[in-house]
Amino acid sequence: MLAVIGAKSVDDLFRDVPASARLETPLDLPPGLGELEVERVMAQLAAKNLSAGAAPFFLGAGAYRHHVPAAVDYLIQRGEFLTSYTPYQPEIAQGTLQSLFEFQTQVALITDMDVANASMYDGATAAAEAVMMANRVTRRKKAILAGNLHPHYRDVIATYGRFNGFATIAVKPDPQGKDDLAALIDNATACVVVQNPGFFGEIHDFTALADTCHRAGALLVVVVTEILSLGLIKPPGAMGADIVAAEGQSIGNALDFGGPYLGLFATRDKFVRQMPGRLAGQTVDAEGKRGFVLTLSAREQHIRREKATSNICTNSGLCALAFTIHMALLGEAGFTQLAALNHAQAVKLADILSAIPGVTLVNDSFFNEFTLRLPRPAAPIAEALAEQGLLAGVPVSRLDPRPDLADLLLVAATELNTDADMAALAIGLREALR
Amino acid sequence: MSDWSKALSGFSAASPGGGHGLDVDEPLLFEDDGPGRSGVDLPPVPKVADRLGGLRRDGRIGLPSLSEPQVIRHYTRLSQKNYSIDTGIYPLGSCTMKHNPRINEKVARLPGFADLHPLQPEATVQGALELMDALAHWLKTITGMKAVALSPAAGAHGEICGMMCIKAALEARGEHRVRVLVPESAHGTNPATAATCGYEVDPIPADARGRVDLAALKAKLGPDVAAIMLTNPNTCGLFEDQSPAIAEAVHAAGAYFYLDGANLNALLGRVRPGDLGVDCMHINLHKTFSTPHGGGGPGSGPVVLAESLARFAPLPWLVDGDEGLRLIEQKEGAAKDALGRIKAFHGQMGMFVRALAFMMSHGGAGLRQVSGDAVLNANYLLASLKDLLTPSFAGLSMHEVLFDDRFLGESGVTTLDFAKALIDEGYHPMTMYFPLIVHGALLVEPTENESKESLDRFIASMRALAERAQAGDKAFFEQAPHFAPRRRLDEVTAARKPILRWRAETKSAAAE
Amino acid sequence: MSTTRYTKDHEWIRIEGKEAVVGITDFAQEQLGDIVYVELPQIGRKLEKGEEAGVVESVKAASEVYTPVSGEVVAVNAALADDPARVNKDAAGEGWFFKLKLADPKELDALLDESAYKAFTAEPH
Repeated sequence: MLAVIGAKSVDDLFRDVPASARLETPLDLPPGLGELEVERVMAQLAAKNLSAGAAPFFLGAGAYRHHVPAAVDYLIQRGEFLTSYTPYQPEIAQGTLQSLFEFQTQVALITDMDVANASMYDGATAAAEAVMMANRVTRRKKAILAGNLHPHYRDVIATYGRFNGFATIAVKPDPQGKDDLAALIDNATACVVVQNPGFFGEIHDFTALADTCHRAGALLVVVVTEILSLGLIKPPGAMGADIVAAEGQSIGNALDFGGPYLGLFATRDKFVRQMPGRLAGQTVDAEGKRGFVLTLSAREQHIRREKATSNICTNSGLCALAFTIHMALLGEAGFTQLAALNHAQAVKLADILSAIPGVTLVNDSFFNEFTLRLPRPAAPIAEALAEQGLLAGVPVSRLDPRPDLADLLLVAATELNTDADMAALAIGLREALR
Repeated sequence: MSDWSKALSGFSAASPGGGHGLDVDEPLLFEDDGPGRSGVDLPPVPKVADRLGGLRRDGRIGLPSLSEPQVIRHYTRLSQKNYSIDTGIYPLGSCTMKHNPRINEKVARLPGFADLHPLQPEATVQGALELMDALAHWLKTITGMKAVALSPAAGAHGEICGMMCIKAALEARGEHRVRVLVPESAHGTNPATAATCGYEVDPIPADARGRVDLAALKAKLGPDVAAIMLTNPNTCGLFEDQSPAIAEAVHAAGAYFYLDGANLNALLGRVRPGDLGVDCMHINLHKTFSTPHGGGGPGSGPVVLAESLARFAPLPWLVDGDEGLRLIEQKEGAAKDALGRIKAFHGQMGMFVRALAFMMSHGGAGLRQVSGDAVLNANYLLASLKDLLTPSFAGLSMHEVLFDDRFLGESGVTTLDFAKALIDEGYHPMTMYFPLIVHGALLVEPTENESKESLDRFIASMRALAERAQAGDKAFFEQAPHFAPRRRLDEVTAARKPILRWRAETKSAAAE
Repeated sequence: MSTTRYTKDHEWIRIEGKEAVVGITDFAQEQLGDIVYVELPQIGRKLEKGEEAGVVESVKAASEVYTPVSGEVVAVNAALADDPARVNKDAAGEGWFFKLKLADPKELDALLDESAYKAFTAEPH
């Protein structure tokens, strides 16, 4: 090959790199390992972690442990899905494009919105993109962030606001969920961002708030961090939401220590051209056969460049595929049943735990996650229980250091928790509080 | 008519393949709906008095119901319509479509990684934090940079992260600079990112050698320039050999040097961006470090940072504590100047595991071989095609080679047509119409994975097509692809009258 | 005597009494290819000469449309919402974009007349 090129060596091919830039010593890194050695090293690292399946497990706070049917992981590992690229050549990417079209439809249906995109990085960045979209649509630059917003989401929106140049007003978190958001809306407000179920678990009807927003020319953005909740509770679309920014991890995707996750993004037809992210659309080919393509691309970075609706390029393709396959397996009956099962589990657990002396259930309503007020700071208790092999829930202080939230523990129950798990948690918590 | 052709003419259109064997027209899930079915057997729901605040969902959602066998067939058939790296070469310039080793998938699925909640107490996840720390070490060593932010979810997200760090650093200096310089050959995410961060984009032209025009760049530098965003090697596949001079000029003007690390595959073990004076750079784990593309994602875009920017890195920070590794998750102590968060939780852990498996499998020397083989393969393609196709710039290439459409001359065949004909040859087309600085660009990146035999077959197809185009067989190209699951699709109607979901009322049928 | 003027950004402007009609030229639509969408300014919006008034999109490109002169938008071509192809079929007529009430008719003098525009498009770029 070198002869064909006319070079003496591979190193010679790098002659355009100035000598001062060239690294002449080897990188200070270990030598390559064979496959079985890599597996061994990885297994050793993995063994140092307490995996959720090895303990009674009740953590949520924006990432939920659900059963993923065996068929999902098998199908997403088909090489044609796993190792394919973004479907820019639609003739040879109909597998990806049709599954995205189906995914978009499922997301629109469960959120009860008109149209959804082909996914974003995660719920938090989807929320930030939703705010920037609201800014474009209303030509305003102020977002009101409800106190019941997941702290990470609130922080991500605030970071984007600082650098993109829009203001954010973050309302104090109130576990009781009694924000008076309507009073904060004025004619400089681009959007109000709320979460349902809220960070502390409570469920609200935001229909009245949506009306107030619309009368002021503002948009309502609804965040959903536990997408399964839409199998049982009133969806954002039915409340008058303009944009839904959600986390889809609960369906089809493992906990994966925080990523990769799956941002879901849905809106109304009238706003579709302001929507960030990729879109799969239906069309026909030269023989009149139905097919699918990426469409409305002129909004995207590779064409609009600095005027794009977003700089996003990669979406969360394989995670979206896992989601859509899991949803296909569940179907109408399965999705609603799974949601109902989660709620029933949480109700059972809430009753068990609120019977413990010193423990108060904060929520009037919840889906599969609720907040307990403990008599002392929750973080040391959660850590002590973890040392005993009990993953009890997320202390709110892990996400928000405000002193008035220190005694709060977020507890989630899903279809994977057994009665034995719940009994173990009750015993452990009772002991820890004595 | 013979008996055989009579037999062929009678195929039932009702069969899935409709007379085309394994080539199946797969309906939508919603068109296969069988109410009452489910592919998952769930436990029964205990009767409880609900605590939903009176907000139970009413009415049907409208999701389709299928059994497991139906779902498996649906997705198996759909997968068969996709090209993939597992199918063949993907010569996409700028994408580095290398083989996705399956050991990555195996280790990423270890329950000790996959079944971990991000907010578990740190004492229960030390192995995960160690893995992140190891990855950080490899990335810093490979790039010669001081610090790394692991949380960005993709390359474009990494670009935002880097530009936010730069803006924060300038604000900390009390400076308000408004312009970012971006080469005209840059990937679209660069100006989009700059605009997202509130900057004006000022393009720098390329010179006759395909590199950034240094004189033009210097002329545009000024006290209002925040940064330059460069790609090296650039999107023409050429090393920006004036990089040291660029860094000097940019720093002298008080600005920062951002490097788009998409083309890192050409530099592994041979050039460290830190040695070029780069202040921050994003890395695409799904390009250089073999994590799978998954039909469009997920990616992972860690950002390496120089000392001057390290303190602005976004949360969380991974640090050594008294009792092991820990995460700093609030802006306090050493992290008081941190950007804040750009993503929930910690980053794309699933991709960290895969990338580290790749790195460990190669080792330092192996990574150097990767860049050598990548550049060798690209130059072999260049040498084998340059008499027939038209390379845009003279001399050697790095890991990708840029041609333009001059070789198609007066034939009437466009770059698009040529690419579609390549599909019939059994290949995914190369990157087309990018970079924008040449006409009808064709950007080809073979990666280090292709053997000489594989490249020779690709070269033969390219040569045959080029000759056919130059011979004037325009009709053949305009009708391509002939053999793909779908012929050319009407993207104009798709954009004029967007149909972005299935709807129950309209029951979208196959076209009349 | 033609009262149509042109800009180097390939917009045309035709005077009709106190109002002006603005669109993109046939040359521009040819360059863009099949138009899929036109984003038009809101009626009542006051534009400064050279300001971005809208966007015209094809499948593979998006171009800003700048107003050749200052004025207030008094009408937009609503037909383009359902039939953006009009711009391809008849850029100078049925494919018009918006109408302006002129703020300063003298601004027209600085624009290209038909022969100057033709010469401009003939130049290699």
